[in-house]
Amino acid sequence: MYEQIGIWLAAFFTLAIYSFLYKENPVYRFAEHVVVGISLGYFMVYTYNNVLEPRLVRPLFVEGQLGLIPIMLLGLLYITRFFRSVSWLSRYPIAVVFGMAMGLSFPRTMLSMVLRQAEATVIPIYRTGYAWHDVLGSVIIIVGTLTALIYFFFSKPHKGWFFGTGSKIGIWIIMIAFGATFGFTVMGRISLLIGRVQFLLTDWLHLIE
Amino acid sequence: MRRTIPLLIVMVGGIMMMIQFFIPHQISQAVFGLYTDYVPVIAGFALILGVGSLTRVHYHKVRRRAENWQYSLLVIFFLYLMPVFGIILPASLGGQAEEPSVFHFLYRWVQIPIQSSMFSLLAFYIASAAFRAFRARSAMATVLMLAAVIVMMGQVPIGDYLGKWFPALGLWILRHPNLGGKRAIQLGVGFGILATNLKIIFGVERNWLGGAGR
Repeated sequence: MYEQIGIWLAAFFTLAIYSFLYKENPVYRFAEHVVVGISLGYFMVYTYNNVLEPRLVRPLFVEGQLGLIPIMLLGLLYITRFFRSVSWLSRYPIAVVFGMAMGLSFPRTMLSMVLRQAEATVIPIYRTGYAWHDVLGSVIIIVGTLTALIYFFFSKPHKGWFFGTGSKIGIWIIMIAFGATFGFTVMGRISLLIGRVQFLLTDWLHLIE
Repeated sequence: MRRTIPLLIVMVGGIMMMIQFFIPHQISQAVFGLYTDYVPVIAGFALILGVGSLTRVHYHKVRRRAENWQYSLLVIFFLYLMPVFGIILPASLGGQAEEPSVFHFLYRWVQIPIQSSMFSLLAFYIASAAFRAFRARSAMATVLMLAAVIVMMGQVPIGDYLGKWFPALGLWILRHPNLGGKRAIQLGVGFGILATNLKIIFGVERNWLGGAGR
């Protein structure tokens, strides 16, 4: 029975959202505000159940680990943001989280987004068993990455054979990448749409078995 | 006290975490353990800020009877309904253990359908945007359009029907030219993140203090 109520609710909210295709209306706004409240509410429960409860509430209030009191007090300093006279105190928890996160992210970003990317670009152009399109693909990856980087390098004017030609090739590569990304995104959205329409026709209206 | 100590905390914490990555010693492992154990807890409290701000904004709208204040009531109601059924009263719908909880019911039948419908709504708008953007006015716009069309056609049955090479070509574009362009962008983003990290650690970037560094 609960599933049937759920299906009707989901169908109502799906149609409420699609009503926006006609124009903005109270039913759409209703669904829009419901999802704002529910999403943040869900995030609150998720954070409590997965972070605060196992790492703070249970160890401190059930197991009596009093060493966690300073951590809790530091976290509670966030609340001072709401009181103008002491709002500067909220900088302390932000500083602890921010500082450590920045320090932690630096070597990891260097490794994953710079060194590994550069390493993956310098690949063998030809290996045994490679078809011509694989060879062409490898060349395009190397040339494409370098020329697109040249295009994004604004400290030098894009003139001359190196910067001028490089940036011209780079913009073509970027256009292809944007086109491919666009196509990929459209297909992702379309598959979501198919999923919703399938839900309406199968689970709700039983028009498709 | 108000600015210098938070800036010092950021600098010390940042440098400490950078060093621990390069020195695999017991002490540095302990520092890392400290981070993974306690920093998420402190960060978790930031939720109070988000929830508090949202509540305050909508509460003021309701109190002032601003335009469409009824919707603000709705936001506040559902915002607190989820924790009530997720934390305080994690009860199932009919009291039976095998039945889903009210929290999961709302998540499955309200949140997921609305969110996926909202994202799928973009399919309509992205299509009309494509119609405007893809009018092949220049050679570059034509290349962009061709790449998008080939990738799209490569993923649907009609593409396969038109020619076996369609899916293969779509995949080739995704794996090679797309990868080249994306990698350059990713490298740029990576350098940007590194520069921002250093600027924050060494106190050059201070916007996070609030008041735009004043």
